Amino acid sequence: MAKDKKKLKVSAIRQGTVIDHIPANNLFKVINILGLDHIDNQITFGTNLESGKLGSKSIVKISDKFFVDEEINRIALAAPQAKLNIIRDYQVVEKKEVTVPDQFSGIVKCVNPKCITNNDNVKPKFRVISKKEVSLKCHYCEKITDQEHMVFI
Amino acid sequence: MKDKSLISINDYSKDEMLRVLDLAAEFEQNPSRDILSGKVIATLFFEPSTRTRLSFESAVNRLGGKIIGFSDSASSSATKGESLKDTIKTVCNYSDLIVMRHPIEGSARYASEVASVPIINAGDGANQHPTQTLLDLYSIRKTQEKLEDLNLFIVGDLKYGRTVHSLLMAMAHFNATFYFISPKELRIPAEYKMHLDHLNLKYHEYTDFRDIAGEADIIYMTRVQKERFSDPIEYEKTKNAYVLRNAMLQETRSNLKVLHPLPRVNEISTDVDDSEKAYYFTQALNGVYTRQAIISLILGLNN
Ligand SMILES: [Zn+2]
Repeated sequence: MAKDKKKLKVSAIRQGTVIDHIPANNLFKVINILGLDHIDNQITFGTNLESGKLGSKSIVKISDKFFVDEEINRIALAAPQAKLNIIRDYQVVEKKEVTVPDQFSGIVKCVNPKCITNNDNVKPKFRVISKKEVSLKCHYCEKITDQEHMVFI
Repeated sequence: MKDKSLISINDYSKDEMLRVLDLAAEFEQNPSRDILSGKVIATLFFEPSTRTRLSFESAVNRLGGKIIGFSDSASSSATKGESLKDTIKTVCNYSDLIVMRHPIEGSARYASEVASVPIINAGDGANQHPTQTLLDLYSIRKTQEKLEDLNLFIVGDLKYGRTVHSLLMAMAHFNATFYFISPKELRIPAEYKMHLDHLNLKYHEYTDFRDIAGEADIIYMTRVQKERFSDPIEYEKTKNAYVLRNAMLQETRSNLKVLHPLPRVNEISTDVDDSEKAYYFTQALNGVYTRQAIISLILGLNN
C-alpha cells in the first residue's frame, strides 16, 4: 500500500525512461549532464522524496526518450546508485543500473588550477582509475581528482 | 616511436626507454653526425629554461639540423594573446619537430593533439619532463652498468618534485628498491606508493639518511624549498638533514654515484664536487646524447 502511494507522487509516463534514486542534491547535475534542459521531450521531476537508501532522492521521467549506455553512464559520477526503468506502454520493460565509465570528457573539472583545462579553452578528459571511491586521472596534467574534490561543470 | 610525441615518461614502454639509452650510448661514442641536415626543429620556450634549451639546441646542432623558435614568451606572439593552439598550428608549417616548454600543466599533451608534427615535452609546469628522466636513466645505467635491482635513494622534496615522480615511474620497470628520504611535509604522495605496492616493489621512507647512506647505489638529490613548508620553523629544524656533505660519503659503496637534476642551490655541499662519487655535471652532459637519441628516433633517422 505505502509503496503504491509513493509512486503516485510523480505521474506515470506512457513510454520513455524513468531515472530513480538520484541523490536529491544532485538532481540538477544529472539534468545538466544529460542535457535535459535543451530537449523538447516532456519531462517530469520529483525531488526531496523520501528514500530509505539515500535519505532524500529525486526522480526524473522523460517521455519518448531512450538513452544509449554510453550516454546514461555519464550520470554515474553524480548519481552512482541511479536505477533506470525503461517504459513502454506504461509497463516497465527493462531495468538498468549505471556504471562509471572507464574514460570520459567533460562533466567535472580537473582539480589542478594549473591544468590547461582550467586555463585555456580545452575540454577536461579523464581516465577513471578507481570506480568504487571514484578517482579520476586527468588526461592532460595527469593529476588525480578524487570524489571529495569533484566539481561538476 | 617514429612520429610519436614524447609528452610523459609513461608514454614509453620499458623497451622503448632501452632503445633510447642504447642509441644515446652510440651518440656518446660519436656525437657529431649529419643526420638532421635539411630538417628544422622548433624550440618553443614559453617560459625560460636556458639549461634545457641549450641542451636541446646542442643536440640538434651536433646532428646538423636547423633551429627556429623563441626562448621566452615575451618574444613570442603568445604575449599578443595568441592561443597555444594557433601558435602550435603555425609553427607546424615551419618545422619537422617541436620541442616545447610551457608553465601550464597538460599544455604539451594538448599541443600534441592539435599538431601535425611530433612534440617533445621539455617541461609542462610541475607535471612532466620526460627527457630529464631518460637522461637520468642513462646516467644510472652508465655508472652502474645495469638498471636492474638497484638501491635508489631519492632525497628532498618528494611531494612536488616532478623529476622524482617520473624517475620513480621509470625505475619501477627495473625492480629498484626505493629509499624515500624527505621531511614529513614533503613525503612521496600516496598514489606513487600504491603504484609500487601494485608492482610488489620494495620501498622505505625515512626523514634522515645519514645512518643508511651505506646501502645506496644511487643518491638522487633534489632541492627542499622553504616556500613548501607551512611552518618556517619546521624548515629551519629539518633543512640540514637534506644536505649532502663529502664526509657522509666515507662509508658508502664504491659504486655509489650522486645525481642531481640541477640547478643545485645548497643541497649538495661544494666539497662533494671533487669526489669521484659526484656525477651531476656529467649527468647534464648525458642529456645531450639522450636528446640526440630521442630526436632521431622520433624522426626515424636512427639507421
Ligand atoms: Zn588536469
